[in-house]
Amino acid sequence: MAEAERLLGLSIIGMLGGGVYGLMAVGLSLQVGVCRVLNITHGEFVMLGAVLTFVLSQLGINPLVAPVILGPLLFGLGFLLQATLFRAVKARARSPEAFEGNALLVAFGLMYIISNIAQIRIGVASLPSHYLTSSVSFLGVNIPLNLIVGFAIAAVLGIGLYLFLTRSRLGRAIRATAEDQPTAELMGVNTKTILAVCFGLGALLAAVAGTLISLRTDVNTGIGFNNTVIALVIVTLGGLGSVPGSFIAGIIIGIVSMLVAGLWESILIVPVYYAMLMVLLLVRPSGILGKK
Amino acid sequence: MNITRLFTTHRKPLSVGFFILLIAFVLTFPLYGGIYPTSVLTTMLMYAILAVSWTMFSGATGYMSLAPAAFLGTGIYVMALLQNYLPFPVIMVIAGLISFALALLLGLVTLRLKGIYFTIFTFGLVVFIGNVVNYVEAKVIERHGWVFNAMDETTLLYIMFGLAVVTVLAAYFIGRSRLGLAMRSIGGNEEAAEHMGIDTTRIKVLTFAMSAVFMGAAGVVVAPSLSYSNPGIAFSVVYSFVPIVAAVFGGMGNLQGPIVGGLLFGYLEKTLRATWLNYYNLGFGIIMVVVILFLPSGIVGLVPMLRDKLGGMIAKLRKGGEAEQHGNT
Repeated sequence: MAEAERLLGLSIIGMLGGGVYGLMAVGLSLQVGVCRVLNITHGEFVMLGAVLTFVLSQLGINPLVAPVILGPLLFGLGFLLQATLFRAVKARARSPEAFEGNALLVAFGLMYIISNIAQIRIGVASLPSHYLTSSVSFLGVNIPLNLIVGFAIAAVLGIGLYLFLTRSRLGRAIRATAEDQPTAELMGVNTKTILAVCFGLGALLAAVAGTLISLRTDVNTGIGFNNTVIALVIVTLGGLGSVPGSFIAGIIIGIVSMLVAGLWESILIVPVYYAMLMVLLLVRPSGILGKK
Repeated sequence: MNITRLFTTHRKPLSVGFFILLIAFVLTFPLYGGIYPTSVLTTMLMYAILAVSWTMFSGATGYMSLAPAAFLGTGIYVMALLQNYLPFPVIMVIAGLISFALALLLGLVTLRLKGIYFTIFTFGLVVFIGNVVNYVEAKVIERHGWVFNAMDETTLLYIMFGLAVVTVLAAYFIGRSRLGLAMRSIGGNEEAAEHMGIDTTRIKVLTFAMSAVFMGAAGVVVAPSLSYSNPGIAFSVVYSFVPIVAAVFGGMGNLQGPIVGGLLFGYLEKTLRATWLNYYNLGFGIIMVVVILFLPSGIVGLVPMLRDKLGGMIAKLRKGGEAEQHGNT
């Protein structure tokens, strides 16, 4: 009975944490699916969100208010990157494939630039950024409040994004651009702006995810790389470009990571992700909810 | 006879001369260089090997592998396990074969799909393999790290140099063979290549595995100069990312590019990283972005560009001079 309770506890905590992973991956999914940029800088944006939340909290700003400041800030950064850098790369590329390759290499450079500027400015020390650490008892499981708040915010944003993409005019333009950019352009969609908005949205979601991560663990300027790995795994598992897929895969990954850490060995979390990824690529390469 | 003519009509003997000078330099270096500089040169050659073998596959096909370190680390570990049992050349061959098998397995899983899945998969691969090895070391065999037997730096330099020569020759001949043509046509337009009757998956998997052989063998040679290794050292992302920057910086379109880039970044890695870590890495990122945007054929691509510019200027000056003379008469 104690064992069953422990399993339940791990699963619930994993699921709640997984919601934040899902939010993180949705941002990347937009950038990959619409902008065609395999943005390996994504984790660095998560890092910026997390670390800057702590910096703001030192200035007396509540961590839950931080996304209101950081979101637009990083949205602007992402928007500018797409509107200047990636647009320039695209203009110089001979073919869409060449663009994808070069965009990846540019993102790779950006990863170094962002993480090292952060390390030079802020240092590499672990920052105690916990917030809302009291717990609530649910089904005999003690759940930290920050996990519940994080999951709730991630869920609201996820549903909001889904409705935005499926119901609004701009959302329809985004989906059209993702599907067939030249045709969307002919139909009067300003695809250059759409791409920049999508990249900005991806950065914004990464920033919010970073804030939510900083509520429950210590953060430092080196967490970007691991978050990129996690986001890439989730995006692939969920299917490139699918919002619900990313959330489902995020929750699965969250539960799996807690179970592996709790029952086996935390070193093995990444290897287990990779085993899952390998099986998926063999069985269903388009991901859980991806289109064929 | 002017400078431009010299560089355009005698290009081949010039590059042969360049290689002969390079070979002579490396072979005589231990005589006057000292022990530490010799080990620096060995590291530079290792990065050149990694950059050349990375370009062999990723440069030609456009499938970006982010995991040279996975194979280098495999080589380091093969050396750790076998150093007391087998002679050095045999270990190199075994490491090459194991890397080949590993790459074959990875290729079979990911290379039949679109390039993006391959890149995603290789991004965290080093962490994946490193963590598995870490787990086995810590929990199964309960051992922390490996100490390497000391080896003479001069010997290591010569072995690394021999391996570099083999790698460059292999890259050269593969590039000129039908296989190389097939790879470049995949890089140009994969769908068209497939319609031409090229078995693209087979070519990709095979050449990816072949490029891994040299990385694995290089791991064996670099291991003794590390003197101690654990999963964190052997499977470090640095070994993955530096060769990529080196190849892109040098230029992926030809063989000289990755060689020059690899040697240069190997040197910077050994000299600047320790003291200037963050600024060095920041420069790394900036170089990457600038090169992709403004130097699509890398630093080596600058040479013919400058040559043409210079030649044009000289020709213009000449013509101007001649026209003046005509004017006078």
